[in-house]
Amino acid sequence: MSIACELSNPNSKKTKAEKRITTKILLIRVLCGLVVLWLCLSLSLGFLCICKKKEAASDDESSSSAKGMLFRNQKNVSRSEIDAMLSLFFDSNQVTSFECRKESDGITCSLSTRSEKEEDEEEEAKRHFVAELMSSSDNEEEGGVLREVVLFYVMNKWHWWLVLCVLLVGGGRMIFARKEVSSFVQDKQQQQQQCKRAGKWSKNMLLLCIIAGVSLSVLWFWDTNEEILFQRKETLTNMCEERARVLQDQFNVSMNHVHALSILVSTFHHGKTPSAIDQKTFGEYTERTNFERPLTSGVAYALKVTHSEREKFEKEHGWSIKKMDFEDQTLVQGFDPAPVQDEYAPVIFAQETVSHIVSVDMMSGKEDRENILRARALGKGVLTSPFQLLKSNHLGVILTFAVYNTNLPHDATEEERIQATIGYLGASYDMPSLVEKLLQQLASKQTISVNVYDTTNASSVIKMYGSEVGDMSEEHISSLDFGDPFRKHEMHCRFTQKPPIPWLAILPPGFALVITFLLGHIFNGAINRIATVEEDYQKMMELKARAEAADVAKSQFLATVSHEIRTPMVGVLGMLKLLMDTDLDAKQLDFAETAHGSGKDLISLINEVLDQAKIESGRLELENVPFDLRFLLDNVSSLLSGKAAEKGIELAVYVSSNVPAVIVGDPGRFRQIITNLVGNSIKFTQEKGHIFISVHLTNEVREPFETEDEILKQRLGSDETSCNTLSGYPAVNASGSWRNFKTFQDHSCDKTELLVTVEDTGVGIPVDAQSRIFTPFMQADSSTSRTYGGTGIGLSISKRLVELMQGEIGFVSKPGVGTTFSFTGVFGERERDSSVAALELFDQSIQEFQGLKALVIDSRNIRAEVTRYHLQRVGVSSVDIASSLATASTSCASKLVNLDLILIDKDAWNKEEYVAFNSGQETSTRPPKIVLLATFTTPAELSEIKSSGLVDEVVMKPLRMSVLICCLQETMGSGGKKRQTNRKPKNLGNLLRGKQILVVDDTMVNRRVADAVLRKYGALVTCVDSGKAAVAMLKPPHDFHACFMDLQMPEMDGFEATRRVRDLEEEMNKKEESRKWHTPILAMTADVIQATNEKCIKCGMDGFVSKPFEEEELYSSVARFFDK
Amino acid sequence: MDTLVAQLQRQFRDYTISLYHQGFLDDQFTELKKLQDECSPDFVAEVVSLFFEDCEKLIGNMARALDQTGNVDFSLVGSSVHQLKGSSSSVGAKRVKGLCVTFKECCDSQSFEGCVRCLQQVDIEYKSLKAKLQDLFNLEQQIVQAGGRIPQVDI
Repeated sequence: MSIACELSNPNSKKTKAEKRITTKILLIRVLCGLVVLWLCLSLSLGFLCICKKKEAASDDESSSSAKGMLFRNQKNVSRSEIDAMLSLFFDSNQVTSFECRKESDGITCSLSTRSEKEEDEEEEAKRHFVAELMSSSDNEEEGGVLREVVLFYVMNKWHWWLVLCVLLVGGGRMIFARKEVSSFVQDKQQQQQQCKRAGKWSKNMLLLCIIAGVSLSVLWFWDTNEEILFQRKETLTNMCEERARVLQDQFNVSMNHVHALSILVSTFHHGKTPSAIDQKTFGEYTERTNFERPLTSGVAYALKVTHSEREKFEKEHGWSIKKMDFEDQTLVQGFDPAPVQDEYAPVIFAQETVSHIVSVDMMSGKEDRENILRARALGKGVLTSPFQLLKSNHLGVILTFAVYNTNLPHDATEEERIQATIGYLGASYDMPSLVEKLLQQLASKQTISVNVYDTTNASSVIKMYGSEVGDMSEEHISSLDFGDPFRKHEMHCRFTQKPPIPWLAILPPGFALVITFLLGHIFNGAINRIATVEEDYQKMMELKARAEAADVAKSQFLATVSHEIRTPMVGVLGMLKLLMDTDLDAKQLDFAETAHGSGKDLISLINEVLDQAKIESGRLELENVPFDLRFLLDNVSSLLSGKAAEKGIELAVYVSSNVPAVIVGDPGRFRQIITNLVGNSIKFTQEKGHIFISVHLTNEVREPFETEDEILKQRLGSDETSCNTLSGYPAVNASGSWRNFKTFQDHSCDKTELLVTVEDTGVGIPVDAQSRIFTPFMQADSSTSRTYGGTGIGLSISKRLVELMQGEIGFVSKPGVGTTFSFTGVFGERERDSSVAALELFDQSIQEFQGLKALVIDSRNIRAEVTRYHLQRVGVSSVDIASSLATASTSCASKLVNLDLILIDKDAWNKEEYVAFNSGQETSTRPPKIVLLATFTTPAELSEIKSSGLVDEVVMKPLRMSVLICCLQETMGSGGKKRQTNRKPKNLGNLLRGKQILVVDDTMVNRRVADAVLRKYGALVTCVDSGKAAVAMLKPPHDFHACFMDLQMPEMDGFEATRRVRDLEEEMNKKEESRKWHTPILAMTADVIQATNEKCIKCGMDGFVSKPFEEEELYSSVARFFDK
Repeated sequence: MDTLVAQLQRQFRDYTISLYHQGFLDDQFTELKKLQDECSPDFVAEVVSLFFEDCEKLIGNMARALDQTGNVDFSLVGSSVHQLKGSSSSVGAKRVKGLCVTFKECCDSQSFEGCVRCLQQVDIEYKSLKAKLQDLFNLEQQIVQAGGRIPQVDI
């Protein structure tokens, strides 16, 4: 059943649910967008950094690239700035036009100059250069910078494209979602496909994003790594160059010293005679000046000796020239005498460290010989290729200088030099120790390893120093110039260790990669989740639709079945009723009555179920017809008075005087609610107390202190439970029942909101059951249905009905004290003119009672007020109230004068007091009529009171207008005749006997049948077959008492005919004052619909009967005219 | 003799019930029967014959109206149908009445085919009803001739 509540407005619910889901999806997407944005920004920042670094690097490298940077920075200068710059050119040079386009990737400028005759070409070229420079910022910059710039811009753009894509995706999805919402029901299938497509699309998008992320990370890593490698290489280059230069410098310094030594020898040995130098002097000098030649292991001087001079020389020195022996390097002692040669170069002086080579012929060593020959030819220091030095066993080179006897000019020829040669000075360099010593002096010697090679002969490179350790992958080669153009040396440097793992390059991109994957994972999860949620949502909607359909089907089924059951049940009941009318013995009658009662219960149950079903399927619509609320309440109370009296419960109705006489609404449903509430009250009230129905305007209740309504004042003024009630039994304060009403709205003047309360002094509703009493088929507890019967559907229906009336229902209950239900409802207001027919019967009587004075004697104030209300309704305008007979006779004596009527409640009835009271009235000329108001009296009691002759009439409560009028008419003696007519047996035959009736119908058959039926009831029937004939017949004066008119007739239909008749009557009435002509015209029609009914009334008809005639209906409609 | 009467009476009763059951007649016919008394012994027969005359006339009218191919005056047909409906409900010719309702709807929706079809059905229906009622009246006469009383048939 609860689904049914939602059913009432499924659309709003649906949209709400959808909105909620859409919002969630939207939120996720926005989050996604933000994250992607962040990623993009961080990446672009990273690129920016790289670019900046590169810029810095290129700045260092060349000034031209710096210029490029400048222009690139200037790229953002505005056009005006360029214009200003160009104006300088305009001033100096005759620039005629300048075009500048700012494009997406830079500024393209072109200058065109008017070449003048005098202008020389140089100036023009300069201008061109400027122009080119301007544009070169985009076009012809250094390749690297350009590439970076382009890359940067592409990256930048790419990011924005990505962001744009993401936004587009988001937007697209949002639009998708909207579409989905709007066209949900129509194309569910299509929409599912859309969803799937959209899901796929976002997955592809995600894949793309991940791929982009991964490639970006790799790119980043590659870039950083490159940079690191580059730096490493540069460091290597710097260090290598540094070492090479130091080595070269040291070597050169050392060589200069050797050169100086050669000059020294030339000067002091050969320049002086006798020589100033001998072996001892040389040894000492060289030893002492060794610090100047740190790289040499020793120096020696060899004299040029020709073969012819050999003997002389050997004699002179006392030793023979020895040959250099390479076989045994360790033992230098055993030098053999040098073989005969053209020329010898025996060592005559040698440093102490190499003194063993004295007397050794240098020409005998292959390397030395070549060296000596080259040295004397060149006149410069020359180097041998590295070879194993004697004795030290190290690789070394020999530096040889030729010593000339004369100071040769620079451009001396080779022959001259050879001729002038008198000796050779050699110095041996121990290469490893040399380099070692040198490297010791430099920083970070550990990080790099140095190899020195002699590359004179490219095919066989000789390693002079170093080992093969270290990272072979990268190497820097620096050339060494040791001053000998014939010899080439290189220094190879490499790092001793392999490059370290480039964490700097790995970590950030690694993190980026990880983040990418994480995000990918998260988004994948999110997308999957969205897909699942959407799928679930679809399923849910489908299920909801199905549930709704099922609910509607259920309600329809219920409605149909109830209806189908009701139809035969009516037959059953009718038959039972007929059966009861037949001659039955007591037992049979009892059975029949029981069956009839059960049938009636079943019918009412079915009606309730039908109502419930109708309400649930939304098919119940309220009528909007004017009705008299008070009359309706009279009906209800008379209907229920029997039951109430059986249980000894006092039933009273009160309607505030502010409530309009006629309101517009659905009387049937209103009555249903009241009947249900009062029925419940009767059911749950035991043998004592009262049920009090009161109707007020909500306005009165809202402003309780301004109200003039006595009843309301007293009820609101009382405590939670008070005994100042109708019957004197305590009841709960009614105000609690409407305390929770949300809407005591203000209505426009043509709307009236009524508050109806039904107060009882029943068992009350248990506190724990109070929350669920409006739930269908739910009673206070399961034993309730056993004890009290009923299905528990009534309150639920009432609630729905009240809601349909735009009102609310509420209650307050106290177990053991009673319950007060109250509900509001919005009704239209209407003037009394268009009043309800039922009231017209009483109008005359009410006029009769106008001006009567009455006194109500009642110990209960509220009850007295109720009585006053009823008296005022029937026209008794001035009503006084006294609480008892005694007080009436004493304190209100003045009021008693000219009283027409005294109404005494039975509770206040006291024979003795009454007698006393009456005696006080003796003086009055016209004693007032005494009416006793009784709730329940046994017939015996009643007859006793009546027979005592003390009272004129006894009226049984609840008070009703009709009852009261009857009673008053009887007591006042005015309505005797009327009552007689009222009591006429209700028989159609009596009603119609002797009446002249005109039947108008174009169809012969209908005429004949109507004629027969009416004749049967004794009417004198005249038939005519057309509207025209009818008008002719009904033209006053005539003898017809009534006319039955068919509506659809050729030529002139019933409406038209009636109108004409009414016109004629009007005319006649004008002429003739004595008699009012108004022939009752009743429509005969086969289709009885509301519209036709209204139309009939509008045309001046007095009612309608359906064709073919039914006795009951005929009677009821005819009775109104003939029963007067 | 008595057996013949009883047989006829049973036959009459069964036949009447079958007419009700097959939906040819409804309660209104019963009402008509109730109206028949000493003053008007042939009331039912009279009304029924009036009804059939009416039927004939109206059906003729409608057929003519529907024959005007091109511009059929549906309102004319409609009013005839309405009359027919009224008179059929007066005599309790249930089937004819039911058909009239459908016929009226066809007229209102101006469906030519529907009208023609309904007209044909009405024609068939009233003729068959006429035949049945004729049989019924014949039975009644036979009973009266055989000296029996026409039994009261409660449905």
